[in-house]
Amino acid sequence: MVSRTEAPVDTYAVAMSQQTQYALLRARARQRWDDLTEGDKPWVRVGFGASGQAAGAQAVFDALKPYGPEGTDQINLSMVGAHGLMYLEPLVDIIVPRANRVFHANVTPEMVPDIMSHYIDGRDQHPLHASAYAYSGHVDDYTSHLSDWDQLPPNQLQKKILTENFGNIDPHDIFQYIAQDGYSALNKAVLSMTPDEVLEEVKTSGLRGRGGAAFPTGLKWSFLAPSNALVKYVLCNCEEGDPGAFNDKGILESDPHRLIEGLILNGYATNSTHGVVFIRQGHDIPIEATRRAIDEAYQNGILGENILGSDFSFEMEVSLTGDSYVAGEETAMIEAIEGKRSTPRYKPPFPAQAGLFQKPTNINNVKTIAYVPSIVATSGDEFKKVGTESSSGTALVCLTGHIKRPGMYEVEMGVTIRQVLDDIGGGVADGSERIKVLQTGGPLGGVMGEEAFDTEIDFDAMAQSGAILGSGGIIVGDETTDVVDLIRNLVAFNQFESCGKCFPCRLGNTHMLDVLDRMCKNEAKPGDMQLLETVGNNMKIGSLCGHGQLGYNPISSAITYFGEEFEKRFNGEMEKSGPFGDGSMILPSRTRP
Amino acid sequence: MTTSQQQSRPELRERIRGALESQRTDKERVPSITVLSSLLAVQDDLHYIPDEAIEETAIFCNATINDVWSVASFYTNFRFTPPGMTTVDVCWGPTCHLMGAQKVLDAVQDELGVDSEETSADGKITLRYSTCLGACAQAPVIARDHVLKGRANPDSARQYISDLQQELENGIAH
Repeated sequence: MVSRTEAPVDTYAVAMSQQTQYALLRARARQRWDDLTEGDKPWVRVGFGASGQAAGAQAVFDALKPYGPEGTDQINLSMVGAHGLMYLEPLVDIIVPRANRVFHANVTPEMVPDIMSHYIDGRDQHPLHASAYAYSGHVDDYTSHLSDWDQLPPNQLQKKILTENFGNIDPHDIFQYIAQDGYSALNKAVLSMTPDEVLEEVKTSGLRGRGGAAFPTGLKWSFLAPSNALVKYVLCNCEEGDPGAFNDKGILESDPHRLIEGLILNGYATNSTHGVVFIRQGHDIPIEATRRAIDEAYQNGILGENILGSDFSFEMEVSLTGDSYVAGEETAMIEAIEGKRSTPRYKPPFPAQAGLFQKPTNINNVKTIAYVPSIVATSGDEFKKVGTESSSGTALVCLTGHIKRPGMYEVEMGVTIRQVLDDIGGGVADGSERIKVLQTGGPLGGVMGEEAFDTEIDFDAMAQSGAILGSGGIIVGDETTDVVDLIRNLVAFNQFESCGKCFPCRLGNTHMLDVLDRMCKNEAKPGDMQLLETVGNNMKIGSLCGHGQLGYNPISSAITYFGEEFEKRFNGEMEKSGPFGDGSMILPSRTRP
Repeated sequence: MTTSQQQSRPELRERIRGALESQRTDKERVPSITVLSSLLAVQDDLHYIPDEAIEETAIFCNATINDVWSVASFYTNFRFTPPGMTTVDVCWGPTCHLMGAQKVLDAVQDELGVDSEETSADGKITLRYSTCLGACAQAPVIARDHVLKGRANPDSARQYISDLQQELENGIAH
């Protein structure tokens, strides 16, 4: 079969064995998937992540257990990840044998017997329960009154790359990921591509870092690739301390194998030996999902020695950090993995020269890495077709606050903020009149007013508007939102989380918080506005990392969009802020030593 | 330094060593063990870091007492006195803030009879302010030992605390 006589004989043998290894996994995965989707039993799946848990999904799952394998065994039962449409949680999604897929929204444990009788006792015997919200697949007599899931407004405008498996696979089962072609990109890379070719695809894709800085990913990887060091690290940053953002944890709890595949590809493209997934302690659901996924990958020859039968070997582990927001800064993260206080390092040397344990190191955000399997599976050019010229791909937006449909939505770059708010989010929450303010990009991002809602979601367009896209959090405030009080909340967070290494940040945030506190209590002093600006500028010049450099952002953006309100507040022309009528706010009393 | 009421000190040291050693259970793939990972392992087990844990961690990691203290005092999740039987987190992040977290926090404090991050007088429930619990779509969020509950309001939060107190009273928890 191989006509090229000069090819070494064993290359062919190795290639055969490699193909067999993935082919075997894939055959097994397909078999399992077919058993679940085409068997005689309904497959009942409960959306479960931090958000699902908060909505009460555990109790719903527990109520379903008696019907599952541990009980009467009338259904297959799985906990899956987040569907993204979090306003519908707890969400139960049922694949009906030889029929379609039905979604039940806002389910309570009490509803479970009524819901299940329709699927178990015979569909004609018991009507479909009123919690049925949408169907997917073909419509039948039972579901003709429901909406098509894929045509729901919050689904229609989404472009699913990162989230294509969300809610559809059990994150604790590697074979469900493989059944969706998972690890095929890795198989292709280690079998038929050189590391340079993988790196080239990532460069061509135009992928930019999703952690906030939007640095070109291929370029970052190319700093690491040339080093011949025996140990090289690729780190995945899931510190995600940004309040209002939960998409990194969302990926880990809904589709952890996508991240693992991406991180192995990152290692392959840069000739690295070790991967570390860095998560904050206490977020048990994503931590558990990632640990289990890594174990499964080891058990199936996807991690460890000779991955999928190739020459490439790669190790991976989870590293937990204590509570510290600054640990999300890349050099501070390295310090935390080394077990020290997570404070930023001086640069140079840059991590690509001397990073973790002084070895060459790359750090990427979860979302950034999770795009890589789809880039390698298709091509960099294909990926580049999605999104805008300067920001290719999608944005995974966390929409929260006074919005009708809070959730996690993946949209193509270039969609406007207004489309996200109105078409996906359904506009302002019931009981509110209008959206007044958005807080984007985490507590070091900014706020924007209505005149900026037509801004496109794109790294550069967002930055120009004075806010940042950052990690993708968009927090919506309605007409009752007190902007100065909101800014005080952000600055209080930044003050609490300053690591203390650079005094402009440590003291500056405290100063700014004092001023904002005075303003909220109608006790502002003459010169306070000037003080804010002076302090903010000093922080920008005098701090090592973004925490101090960007600390004035919330205030400067608020002055841009809500200057008048700031002025009034400063002059004491408004009611005192906060929910207690005296301008006070409950805050942690401790700060770092 | 508060003395743990349940156990005498040698037993405490033994338990700390056990927690430190437990990091090595996976024989095939030994994870990176550091001062931070060791302190996390101890706190997972004991729910606080006693003085003995600082010493034992220093010995275990071949670090100085100073090194260990510098790490332990930095991360805000570490505490140095035993917490109550259960820890309740209330989020004060911006989404929860807009959705009414301050009043939820106020109600919880009132119900517990505390006015900051403290343990209730009966020693049962410890309150912590959280910067984000990661379920912002269900804001405001509160949690009990990392198990989240969303869409809280002052009344439901009061109910949540009194149910919890009742449950601890009946000895079901832990």
